[in-house]
Amino acid sequence: MSVLILLIAFSILIAGGFLIAFIWAVKEGQYDDDYTPSVRMLFDDKPGSDNKSSLLPKQ
Amino acid sequence: MKDALLNETKTQTRRKNTVQCYHCGEACDRSISADQKFFCCEGCKFVYQLLQENGLCNYYELSERPGIKVRGKFSSQRFAYLDNDEVKRKLLRFNDGNISHVNFYLPQMHCASCIWLLENLHTIDAGILFSKSDFQRKDLFIAFDPSKISLRKVVELLAFTGYEPYISLHDADKKKGRKVNRKKIFKIGVAGFCFMNIMMLSFPEYFSSGNIGNPALQKVFSYLNLVLSLPVFFYSANDFFISAWKGLRQKWLNIDAPIALAILVTFGRSIYEITSGSGAGYLDSMSGIVFFMLVGRWFQDMTYDSFSFDRDYKSYFPLGVTLLKDGNEETSTISALQSGDRILVRQNEMIPADAVVTKGQGYIDYSFVSGENTPVLKKGGELVYAGGKQLGAAIEMKVVNPVEQSYITQLWNNDVFMQQKNKDKSFIHPWSRYFTLILFLIAGGAALYWSYTDSSKIWPSVTAALIVACPCSLLLSATFTFGNMQRHFGKNKLYLKNASVIEALSKIDTIVFDKTGTLTYSAQANVLYQGDKLTNHEINMIYSLVKESIHPLSRIIKQDLIVSHPVHPLAVKDFRELAGKGLKGVVESKQLRLGSWHFITGDGFLRDPSLSGEVHISIDGVYKGYFKISNQYRDGVTEMIRTLSPKKYQLHVVSGDNDAEKRNLQSIFGAQARIMFGQSPQDKLNYINKLKNEGREVLMLGDGLNDAGALKQSDVGVAVSENTSQFTPACDAILDGRGVNKLHQFIQYARSGKKVITWSFILSILYNIVGLSFSVQALLSPLIAAILMPVSSISIVTFVTLATSFSAKNKGL
Repeated sequence: MSVLILLIAFSILIAGGFLIAFIWAVKEGQYDDDYTPSVRMLFDDKPGSDNKSSLLPKQ
Repeated sequence: MKDALLNETKTQTRRKNTVQCYHCGEACDRSISADQKFFCCEGCKFVYQLLQENGLCNYYELSERPGIKVRGKFSSQRFAYLDNDEVKRKLLRFNDGNISHVNFYLPQMHCASCIWLLENLHTIDAGILFSKSDFQRKDLFIAFDPSKISLRKVVELLAFTGYEPYISLHDADKKKGRKVNRKKIFKIGVAGFCFMNIMMLSFPEYFSSGNIGNPALQKVFSYLNLVLSLPVFFYSANDFFISAWKGLRQKWLNIDAPIALAILVTFGRSIYEITSGSGAGYLDSMSGIVFFMLVGRWFQDMTYDSFSFDRDYKSYFPLGVTLLKDGNEETSTISALQSGDRILVRQNEMIPADAVVTKGQGYIDYSFVSGENTPVLKKGGELVYAGGKQLGAAIEMKVVNPVEQSYITQLWNNDVFMQQKNKDKSFIHPWSRYFTLILFLIAGGAALYWSYTDSSKIWPSVTAALIVACPCSLLLSATFTFGNMQRHFGKNKLYLKNASVIEALSKIDTIVFDKTGTLTYSAQANVLYQGDKLTNHEINMIYSLVKESIHPLSRIIKQDLIVSHPVHPLAVKDFRELAGKGLKGVVESKQLRLGSWHFITGDGFLRDPSLSGEVHISIDGVYKGYFKISNQYRDGVTEMIRTLSPKKYQLHVVSGDNDAEKRNLQSIFGAQARIMFGQSPQDKLNYINKLKNEGREVLMLGDGLNDAGALKQSDVGVAVSENTSQFTPACDAILDGRGVNKLHQFIQYARSGKKVITWSFILSILYNIVGLSFSVQALLSPLIAAILMPVSSISIVTFVTLATSFSAKNKGL
C-alpha cells in the first residue's frame, strides 16, 4: 500500500507544479489582455525586425 | 462582445458611384489623389504618404479603410503643455532619463490595422523604442527615449496619424497606470486546484461507501484533504467572510452571510470528523461551492473595460491651458487656473472655465454640452461658459470662475452625484433572508425532534442541514442569469454598467427622451433644397465653397452633395467665413454667398428663429434658393415609439432645443406624451426628480453633458452614443445609436430575466428539499453531499444560460 502513498505524493507534486505555472502565468500578465495577442499573432514580421520585448515594464 | 468591438467601423453612407477616401472611407470627390488613390482631404493624404514612406502600407491591407479622419487642423501649440515639467511628471509612469514609459487611452482604436500601426510606431520615429496596445481597454503603452523624442512629439505623432490620445484631468489625478485585478483569477485558480485534488482523493471514499479497509490510508487521504482545503477556506473564500462580517456589523443580513455560515459550518464539522476519526468530512463539497461561486461572480463581473461609466466633468476637460502673463505665453495646468487669469484659446480648443472674451471673436460650438450643433457667436465682453469649443481663430479671454465653480461643473455639486444608486435594492436579498430564516427553522425542528429520540444525532442533523442547504444555488442562478443577459445586451449594443441595472430596467414604467443626438442622429441630417433649379456647374461652385468651411452645416451640405451629385471641386478665391453669418468667395469669377437670410439678402427682417437650419444661396447677388437642414430621426425610432406607447409606458421628451420640431414629435409620440423644450441641464434633473417623487420608475435616454444630471437622477440612465468609443456622461448603460430602436425589446428582456431567476429558484428549492430530507434524518453522507452539490450547481447554471439565451432569441435580440 505504501506505493499508493508514493503515487499520491507524486500526483500532488505534479498538480502543484501546474498550479505554480498558472500563478506564474497570471503574474506575467497573460490573463490581463485576452484579445489583442490573438490579433497580433496574425501580423507578419518583416525580416530583420528586432524583438524589443525586453523593454516591457516590469509589473 | 469582442466581435462587436472589432466590427465597430465608422458609420458611412455607401452609395453607388461615390468615391471613398482610401484612408478614412469618407465619401469624397476625385480632386485629391496619390498613387491612383483618392483622399477626402490633405490630412488623410499626408498620413497615407507618411505610412507609405515608412513601408507601413500593411495598415491598409489588414482592414478596409481603417484610417481616422482628423477634423480641422491642430495648431502648433496645441500640445505645448506637454513640455511642462509638472504635466510630464503626472503623465509618465516611469522615467530615468534614458527611457520613459507612458500609457495613453486611445478611444479611436477600432480594428486590427490600428493595433498593427500603433505597435509599429518605432519604424516611423527611432525615438520610440517599443509600443504595445491593449485593444479591449483601448490602451497604448509606449516606451521612448526622451533624449531623442519628447513626450510632446510622441503625442503629436499620434495625433497626426489620427490617434489623438485622450489626456484629461481625470487620468492625471488618478494613480499612474491601471491595475488589473488579478486577485480574482488567483482565487479561482487556487480554489479549482484544491477542489479537483480533494475530489480525487475522496474517490476511494465514495466507492467504498466510507470503509476503505486500510485505516492508515484513510487517514492519509483525510489529512491531505484537510491540508488542501486550508487555502480554499483562508484564501479563496475570504471575500465571503469579509462581506458577511461587514453586513453583520451594520445589522444587515446580506447575501454572503448564509454562504459564509455554510462554509464555516462545513469546515468546522469536517475538521471535527477528521481529527476524531469519525468520518471523512465534507471538504469536497465546501471547496466545490467556493469554486463555483467564485466562477459565477467572475462571470457576472466581466464588464466592458473600454467603457467608462463614471465620468464626471474632469474627464472632459483638457489638462493644460495657455496662460497670458505680461504678454508672454505660459502653459499651466487647468487646476491652477484662478479668476482674473488671462488665457489664450486656440482654434479647436475647449474653453476650460467660464470666461469673458477680451480679444477676438468667439465662435463657440456647444455640441458637447448641449447637443446643439450650431455654433454660437460671442463678441468681446461676452461671457462664455466652460465646455464650449472655439471653432474660429484664437481668442483671448479673462477667467471669471475657476473650473470647479463654472456653470457646467456646478451640476456635479448637486447631491445626486454623491449618492450611490440601486444599493441593495435587489429582490434577491429578501429571498436570501427568507431562505436563511426557513433554514434555521428546519434545523431547529430537526434538533428538537432528535433531542427526544436520539440526542447523539442532534449535531449531525443540524450541521448537515446547514451544509446541504447552502443558498449558493440561489446565488449562482442570479449571477449566471445576469451575466448571460449582460452578454446578450452587449451583443445588441447595450452595454450595462453592472448586473443591478437589469433589475432596475425590468421595473421601468416611464421613459424620458432627450431629442438631439438621442432620437435624432447627431451628425447626420436631412438636407432639402428649395428654390431655382441649380445647374451642375452651380452645384460644383457651392460644393467648392462649403468644402473650405469648418461649420457643421457646411459639412452636412458637403456630404449631401457628394453622395447625390458627381461633384468636382473648383478653385475658390477670396474665401471668407463670417462667424454667425455665412461664407463668401469667388468661384470662376462669380461672387458666391452662402449663409443666413440676413447675410444673403441684407434684409433686416429676421425669419422665424426656429428656421435657423436654413442656408441661403446667392450667386453674383442673385438669390437662388436655400438648403433646409432638419434633424434626421434615427431609423426605426418612430416604430419603436409606437410599440412603446400602448404598453402602458409614460413617455416624455425633454429637449434643450427650441420647439421647431414640436409638431413632428407630438405626432410620433401621440397626444398623451409630454414634450418640453428649452430645458437647461438643471431643469432636466428637476423634471426627473419630480417624476420619481410621483412614484414612477424612470428610464432616461440622453447623450450630451447636459443630460448628465438627469441620467444620474433617473433609475436607469442610458447614454446614447453614435460611436461607443466616444465619451459619454456618467450613466448606468451605454447604448449604441443603432440600438435605440430596440428599447422595447430591451425592457421586455430585462423582465424575462426575473422570470428565469424565479424558475431557477424553484429548481434549487427542489434540490434543497432532497438534500434537507437526508440531512434532518442525519443520513447525509459525504457521498450524497458530493453528488448533490455539483449536480445542482451545474444543472442550474445550464438551465439559466439556456433560458436566457432562448428568451433573448424570442424577444428578437
